[in-house]
Amino acid sequence: MVERKIRVIVAKPGLDGHDRGAKVVARALRDAGMEVIYTGLRQTPEMIAEAALQEDVDAVGLSILSGAHMALVPRVLELLRANGQQHVKVFIGGIIPDEDIPRLLESGVAGVYGPGTPTDTIIRDIRLSVSASNADAQ
Amino acid sequence: MISSELDIPQAVLGGNRLALARLITQIENGTPEGYDALRRLFSHTGKAHLVGITGAPGTGKSSLVNQLAHFYRNPTPGMTPARVGIVAVDPSSPFSGGAILGDRVRMRDLAGDPGVFIRSMASRGSLGGLAAATSGVVQALDAAGFDVILIETVGAGQAEVEIARLAHTTLVVEAPGLGDDIQAIKAGILEIADILVINKADRPGVENTERALRNMLQLAHPLRRDFLSPADAVHHTDLVHKAIPSPGDEPNIWSPPVLRTVATEGIGIQELHSSIQNHRKHLSESGEWQRREQSRMETELSMIVQERLMRRWRDGLPAGRYQSVLEAVYMRQISPWQAADRLITGDEP
Ligand SMILES: Nc1nc2c(ncn2[C@@H]2O[C@H](COP(=O)(O)OP(=O)(O)OP(=O)(O)O)[C@@H](O)[C@H]2O)c(=O)[nH]1
Ligand SMILES: [Mg+2]
Repeated sequence: MVERKIRVIVAKPGLDGHDRGAKVVARALRDAGMEVIYTGLRQTPEMIAEAALQEDVDAVGLSILSGAHMALVPRVLELLRANGQQHVKVFIGGIIPDEDIPRLLESGVAGVYGPGTPTDTIIRDIRLSVSASNADAQ
Repeated sequence: MISSELDIPQAVLGGNRLALARLITQIENGTPEGYDALRRLFSHTGKAHLVGITGAPGTGKSSLVNQLAHFYRNPTPGMTPARVGIVAVDPSSPFSGGAILGDRVRMRDLAGDPGVFIRSMASRGSLGGLAAATSGVVQALDAAGFDVILIETVGAGQAEVEIARLAHTTLVVEAPGLGDDIQAIKAGILEIADILVINKADRPGVENTERALRNMLQLAHPLRRDFLSPADAVHHTDLVHKAIPSPGDEPNIWSPPVLRTVATEGIGIQELHSSIQNHRKHLSESGEWQRREQSRMETELSMIVQERLMRRWRDGLPAGRYQSVLEAVYMRQISPWQAADRLITGDEP
């Protein structure tokens, strides 16, 4: 039996420009031994939830710079639940105003990371939350 | 989490996509549940047309898969849309074991279509362009009722012969400008091609590429193809060329067409699709479909047996035995052949 790999989608929802940050995170997760499904720019919440289902991921990482997080994130969470994927952890990276963070966490987001967060922090959090949710499933 | 009462194979047969995704993970991870499910699903497999897409990195394999799948879903009027499963393999990092699976980036046009299921796979240390579990994953999609399964290989550009063993129809994708005298194209990869695609035909140099390919093809393409059975293969990637009949002798010879496409714009896709359909027809009319199926199953069985025997034998070795014999080889006291004799027969020649 092969060890269970952590599978993560890294996606860039919304219409804003570049995915440099998302790529840095994707590479760091790869280097931490995870399988990263990279879906690229301008993903709709529907596309992200569908990819999460087909790829049977443990976690979804969203990179959002546009300020549209309060619209996009709840929608992704809602679609994941509708898919039967409430166990999938959602992490947000990008520019998120401090006052929005508590609301995002309350709505079910597992972590929010501003620019300059060490990738080690993100890796640790993903590992912890995924192993906790696998333990729950036993 | 899927509730533990859910009968995954049953749900997969009933079209439950979440169950299918979960089953694929079990197969990839080699879990007992996965093998058990495949055992139950096996009699439902064998219906899908398996189409492999291989070729050097960046030649446009994923873009072609996107267009082809889109065409299967929206064919010319009068044709029934086929349900399309896609397996896209990318390499695992040999250092971390992680992987970046980026093929979906090019498959945006398929989003939201319930008749399509895309799964990315990491190669997980396998070297032949596929992952060890790819064949099991393809069986799962087949059992789930996908009519066509498009399998994109890693794209090392080398003879990724495993895809030719797995697929009924293999497309080899080239693009202009990749070492134009086609030093880059190894005869080995042409040998496995049922259809040659020159993608990026909007790029300069396409005539040269096509000429070079056609020239090489005259030399490289086997008139008939039989895989050596793994039992007699010296090297399991060898293809045997049977006594070559002259083309007139054998009515059912397939000579691989060379087609131009521009995947980013959907140009040449309809022709590629009909070429794939023609090949499928050729396979069934010539009896080749049956032969390829048999040869695939033989390979698969033989690989499973090898793996099991190996594991059983390893488990039966006294602790430290392997290491001490290996040590003797390191020290050049015995050759690897002697070492194997010692390990297998227990003798000390
Ligand atoms: N000009 C041109 N560019 C193309 C064409 N097809 C694909 N591309 C571009 O070529 C690049 C690679 O395309 P992919 O489809 O990702 O190629 P691939 O063979 O799947 O790549 P790997 O999976 O990384 O080996 C992308 O930037 C595509 O937009 C084409 O017909 N013409
Ligand atoms: Mg690709």
